[in-house]
Amino acid sequence: MQDYFYALADAMFSKLGGDEQLLLDFSGEDSDFVRLNHNRIRQAGYVAQRRLSLDLIEGQRHAEASIELAGDLEQDLAQLGVTLTQLREQRALLPEDPYLNYATEINASEYHHDNTVIDSHQAVEQLIQAAGDMDLVGIFANGIQYAGFANSMGQRNWHSSASCNFDWSCYLAKDRAVKNNYAGFDWQPVRLAEKIDSMQHQLEMLARPSKTIEPGSYRAYLAPSAVSEIINMMSWGGFGLKSHRTKTTPLLQMVEQGRNLDDSVSLREYHGRGLAPIFTGSGFIKPDHVQLISNGHYQDCLVNSRSAREYAATTNADYEFPGALDLEGGELHSEGVLKELDTGLYINNLWYLNFSDRNSCQLTGMTRFACFWVEHGEIQAPVNVMRFDDNIYNLLGTNLLGLTRERELILDASTYGQRSNRSMELPGILVKDLRLTL
Amino acid sequence: MNEYLNDVARQFSSIAPNVDFWTLRLTAETSEALSVRQGVMQPVYNHVARGALLTVVSGDGCGYAATSDMSPAGLKQAARLAGQWAQQCSVLGLLKARDYPRPQARACYETPVTQHWNDMLLDEKVALLQDANRALKINDSIVDWSAYLGYSCDDSVFTSSAGAHIEQRFHYIHPSLSAVANQGSQTQYRSGGGHNSSRQGGLEQLRLLDFPDAATKLAEEAVALLSADECPQGVMDLVLAPSQMVLQIHESIGHPLELDRILGDERNYAGTSFVTEDMFGSYRYGSELLNVTYDPGHSDQLASYAYDDEGTRAEREYIIRSGILERPLGGATSQARTGMQGVANARQAVWYRPPIDRMANLNVEPGDSSLDDMIANIEHGVYMETNRSWSIDDSRNKFQFGCELGRVIENGELRGLVRNPNYRGISATFWRNLATVGNSDSFKVQGVTNCGKGEPNQSIYVGHASPACHFRDVDVFGGTV
Repeated sequence: MQDYFYALADAMFSKLGGDEQLLLDFSGEDSDFVRLNHNRIRQAGYVAQRRLSLDLIEGQRHAEASIELAGDLEQDLAQLGVTLTQLREQRALLPEDPYLNYATEINASEYHHDNTVIDSHQAVEQLIQAAGDMDLVGIFANGIQYAGFANSMGQRNWHSSASCNFDWSCYLAKDRAVKNNYAGFDWQPVRLAEKIDSMQHQLEMLARPSKTIEPGSYRAYLAPSAVSEIINMMSWGGFGLKSHRTKTTPLLQMVEQGRNLDDSVSLREYHGRGLAPIFTGSGFIKPDHVQLISNGHYQDCLVNSRSAREYAATTNADYEFPGALDLEGGELHSEGVLKELDTGLYINNLWYLNFSDRNSCQLTGMTRFACFWVEHGEIQAPVNVMRFDDNIYNLLGTNLLGLTRERELILDASTYGQRSNRSMELPGILVKDLRLTL
Repeated sequence: MNEYLNDVARQFSSIAPNVDFWTLRLTAETSEALSVRQGVMQPVYNHVARGALLTVVSGDGCGYAATSDMSPAGLKQAARLAGQWAQQCSVLGLLKARDYPRPQARACYETPVTQHWNDMLLDEKVALLQDANRALKINDSIVDWSAYLGYSCDDSVFTSSAGAHIEQRFHYIHPSLSAVANQGSQTQYRSGGGHNSSRQGGLEQLRLLDFPDAATKLAEEAVALLSADECPQGVMDLVLAPSQMVLQIHESIGHPLELDRILGDERNYAGTSFVTEDMFGSYRYGSELLNVTYDPGHSDQLASYAYDDEGTRAEREYIIRSGILERPLGGATSQARTGMQGVANARQAVWYRPPIDRMANLNVEPGDSSLDDMIANIEHGVYMETNRSWSIDDSRNKFQFGCELGRVIENGELRGLVRNPNYRGISATFWRNLATVGNSDSFKVQGVTNCGKGEPNQSIYVGHASPACHFRDVDVFGGTV
């Protein structure tokens, strides 16, 4: 695929006029998607996608297009020839763009992690066998993902990796279930079987009579998956330079009023994790990391190339939405969190969060999957789903009692448009009060 | 209609695999998007996508392959890979051969358009957006502002080994205006002019969506909200404008009635449903005033079509009549799995995802009250418009929604603006408190362009039309003071 993309790029660059520059940003995948319900295959299929974004530039004028390609050089060059003509015509009608910004220094890079592709058919057979008579529902996604960049100044970048992401839950009845995930670059049936076996224990606890919690404030432990939902909401406009300059960041009170989180909270965008390409669609190379929050204080923003030009900053990200977050761990031991919690809620997952009041970073959302009522360090009963409504300055500030030393690497299972390469590494958190409302 | 897709379909018929049944859905999408932010023209976005989704049935198994290589060699390869998945499904699959629909229909449909996208020149469109920008920037409190205008055209050709040949072409128009006002740590946002309520059709839709005429009013409201009181808190009457009814219908009627959710397919992601199969035909979903239809007949609504993506003819059906739940939102496959009657709503969001149950056009039918009469009969309450926050549990029962703008209702009159209006409730009881339904004067065609669901994930357009509606005894509240 790399040879195909570079050959395509060379052919396109040969069609440029004297003062023209062309940026090509390529992405694609060859993936199997197997959807399961009741531990049987519900829908299974294969997807081949190749998408090319073009930015045709002359001076400060430019025009952009995104084209789905066949993956066949002859077919694709014929289509792209037409696109190039259309972009030239359109560019002539457009005003100069004061915020056009692209890399002019040449920074080549190459990353391959695609030598071994897991056999999807075999893996699906194994996971169905491992789950036996459990009521398993979820998605198995597996294959190779590609990303490439080339510009007419001679820069070439490539990133390809083969990986799988099996995201599933096992149901006891109605909305009572345990969720799990197995993602990475290799497939170990024994490890998968261990994960599935471990769910049996939680399912047994879910079988106990459930407890309905009254609205009010409760001491709570939020496991890393639940924390990821809260951090995701903070990320919705929270860390982008544009959202800060236009006062739309939900962290406005940190920026405008000097409000802080607890000293133990340090959050960074860790590009160096390496799961996503290190280059941007404009040809910039991302730094190893961007420190977003340091010891509870807001520090730096994510800056894409356009904002960099508009606000006179340096590009440090492809998008102003994090893709590789890293929240520092604390002092709590994961094995001891039930004892530390003592009496309160053990929340494995949260669901469908949104803002109640964006200016105050006030969030609402639901508990989901296996959440339990704990007394004196012992799980007593599963709890029926509850709505919380609380703000980030409480949850990661005044009410934060601690973060776990151990952290969990969460590989995003979402597949909108294409398989996600986003990730987060997070601890669990213990809070003094979590406000439940419905 | 689309010569290229028809050529591909013809070529495929000569190389089609020898299997029990197959369908081929070919898609060609083009779109163009223009936007001006703070008076600066943003990069024009042009998008072209073509692809094929080939589905193969073999015994009890079904598999698919999606490819953008629509050459005979590309489609042969797709047939081979789809066949391998069908084989494995025949052993490990959930469904049986009888569950897969075998469409034979032949038809053609195109969105009616009065003024085509290309009838207005590019520089005229840019000038329109620049004018809107000037109208949005009313004073220094407006810290960000933008106007957006997009168009997309989706062509599809659906064929099957049983002789189906369905050609459809959809034209969509996507206008939007937005204004952000700020003072210190208080920011307020207003959107409109078609924002989040795209339609099928051409440029003639702009006037109906108040684009760009709404610009100054939106900016004035954003500024006024900065100094408005917080929304009052308490249990009170609530009037929802159509711009919020969209989300109320979507989340607490649409999703819980999708048959694939009821069958458990979505339990790992979008969730399950508090509705069960035995509730259809007898369950009181809402008050007697609640009438909800699946209606593909409003040609300007986002999910109007002649046939769905399993090849089933789309016809208007009552989903809830006089408050009683009648039928689920399930396409031919889900209907076969349950033996229930449903609607033609199996849809794929893009060429590389398989069809699943979506809510399509789901509308609350108009009642007989004018908006003025509705307000006049309320002693104490809040009126809310334009959704900005949505959250609901995985069974689609406990919800909380927020709006951009609220107005207090006192003694039968609309009073001043209130900011950060929110309300929460439970689907199973909320609709039973529906007290008044607006007449056709307040009925508006709107929709959602980012309905997410499915594994693998699919984000799709759905249409919701509704009049303003009045609910009693709702838990209302504002932002953090």
